[in-house]
Amino acid sequence: MAIVETRDIKKRFGDSIAVDGVDLATKEGEFLVLLGPSGCGKTTLLRMIAGLEKQSSGDILIGGQVVNDLPPRARKIAMVFQSYALYPHMTVAENIAFPLKAQGAKRSEIPGKVEWAAEMFGIKRLLERKPRQLSGGERQRVALARAMVRQPDVFLLDEPLSNLDAKLRTMARDELQQFQRRLATTTIYVTHDQVEAMGLGDRIAVMNQGKVRQLGPPQQVYYDPADTFVAGFLGSPPMNFFNQDNVSAGFRPEHFLPKEVYQGVQEPLINLWFHVNRVENLGADRLVYGHLRDVFQSEKVIVNLPSTLHLHIKPGAAYEFAIKEQDVKYFDRTTGVRTEPKPFWKRA
Amino acid sequence: MSTAAETALRARARARRSGVADDEARLGRLMLAPAVIYIVALVGLPFTLALLYSVSNVTVGSTGFRIVGIENFRSAIENPTFIRALRNTLVFALISQALVLILATTLALALQKNFRGKWFVRLLILLPWVAPISLGTIGWLWILEPIYSVINWTLRSIGIFGPNTWPIWLGQPRLAMASVITVHVWRLLPLATIILLGGLSSIPQDIHDAAAIDGANFWRHHFQITVPLIKPILLVALMFGLIFAVTDMIVIYVLTRGGPYDQTQVLATLAFFTGIDGGDLAAGAAIALFLFPVLAAGAIVLLRLARRSEVV
Repeated sequence: MAIVETRDIKKRFGDSIAVDGVDLATKEGEFLVLLGPSGCGKTTLLRMIAGLEKQSSGDILIGGQVVNDLPPRARKIAMVFQSYALYPHMTVAENIAFPLKAQGAKRSEIPGKVEWAAEMFGIKRLLERKPRQLSGGERQRVALARAMVRQPDVFLLDEPLSNLDAKLRTMARDELQQFQRRLATTTIYVTHDQVEAMGLGDRIAVMNQGKVRQLGPPQQVYYDPADTFVAGFLGSPPMNFFNQDNVSAGFRPEHFLPKEVYQGVQEPLINLWFHVNRVENLGADRLVYGHLRDVFQSEKVIVNLPSTLHLHIKPGAAYEFAIKEQDVKYFDRTTGVRTEPKPFWKRA
Repeated sequence: MSTAAETALRARARARRSGVADDEARLGRLMLAPAVIYIVALVGLPFTLALLYSVSNVTVGSTGFRIVGIENFRSAIENPTFIRALRNTLVFALISQALVLILATTLALALQKNFRGKWFVRLLILLPWVAPISLGTIGWLWILEPIYSVINWTLRSIGIFGPNTWPIWLGQPRLAMASVITVHVWRLLPLATIILLGGLSSIPQDIHDAAAIDGANFWRHHFQITVPLIKPILLVALMFGLIFAVTDMIVIYVLTRGGPYDQTQVLATLAFFTGIDGGDLAAGAAIALFLFPVLAAGAIVLLRLARRSEVV
């Protein structure tokens, strides 16, 4: 186990800058997720921590030791790739044994360790197969076993679930977290999928354009976004935004609900008329597309109603909706940064 | 115009439009024809003739033609020059291919890396392949020439050899073999390098990254990851190289003509000298065909191996 730390780390590729001064420190045994859209620098950051890419400037520390000039093999890390990168000419057992052999483990210890790792991931019956004879889920487990078998200090994962189909992904997510909790190995996990990030991470670092925009536990990143990028990137459908003068106000689609739902709620509310244009029934939820009037100048709003809310909503009609004041977030319109609440509409 | 005439006219127009290009079976045969004609006329026919000649008594000078069975093969085996040429062929082919494989792998690995002036180095390496073979070999003839050799001149000016002690590259038995092998390696290296470069670039970067993370040092990485993954292509390159080394004669023909004293005589040159220069077509054909079954069997084995070791 070890703490990973980056200090003002930068990476330039020619004229473009992929990672632009990232300061990040994991906690001992933490599951840290790097989340961001493609091209935000999250994979480059991970590859620099792994030693596969050399940073243009800044320091990387693993377990308190500066590892800038150490090759990957000296960093006591393991990595799982999006493609799994299994060695296609080796059997599963040989794949798992490879890092042990490469690091000079005692010959007598190798079979026992391979078995231990295979047991943990439930792939013992696959040991004699070649990677091409495995399904996607099985390959992913082999990749995890190969990474875990050497008991690394740090575990790096680069979108390891994105090649699995949706059903398998949910299961794999659950298992992955269980393994991580059991081994308590510091883990850095790269993904562009906010559901994975929310579900897995102890903390999430939301990245955009080479910078960490916010670092915090999933709930905090979701409910207290530091800027409009984080607010807009997390959540599906995304946050509704309204611009007025120099202020952007935003609220999440699931917080704007029919007034009756908030009956008996102590916190101050904002009541607004919601004009419904269209309703999408998605099974577990209903997405209601509509707009507000008055000060909002017909701005479009998406509302997410749980299907447990039995309420008849018709396109073309207007309903009284409400939202808690605390659920409306305010941002500086030019910089996008969170500001103090500046309500620009009347309180109901 | 009556409707019947109109229909007939339209049908004729349609027939005119659907020409040979619409008849896939006929079009296919048509497009294959040049290749088939080429193979039959320029490969099949001479090959059959050679087979026929090798069991006959045909010569350049007479019109007599009699089937003599394996007589030509028997007399070839009894000829010490033939045995010498057979041995030389094997030495020439095996040593040159071993060198080509090692050097081509090294070169391909080096050329895969990014460095300044990479395009220039690639161009230099490809040059021997682009230049006409005989022209390149004549260049080497000058380089290895006993009196005007640049190698000897250089060695003498830096004081390694005194006058009259320098090596005669193409005239001393062992040196002559080493020289023809060197030139042959020089000539085949570009092709082998390009083939291997193709093989190397087909390995996903992730595999190399995984090996680096897993702690493989250079040798383990090379021999346990890279080489096994390019093995199919290595074997194909080896097969082409071996066949080339056994059947080609230009380098030896230009440099030594098989000399000195048949020390660099190989089957291809011996067949040429016997059949064309010596006029004994039957004996020449027998010599040329001698290694055919061995090469064919070798090619089949190598292709099988290549397919079995295909992994992705």
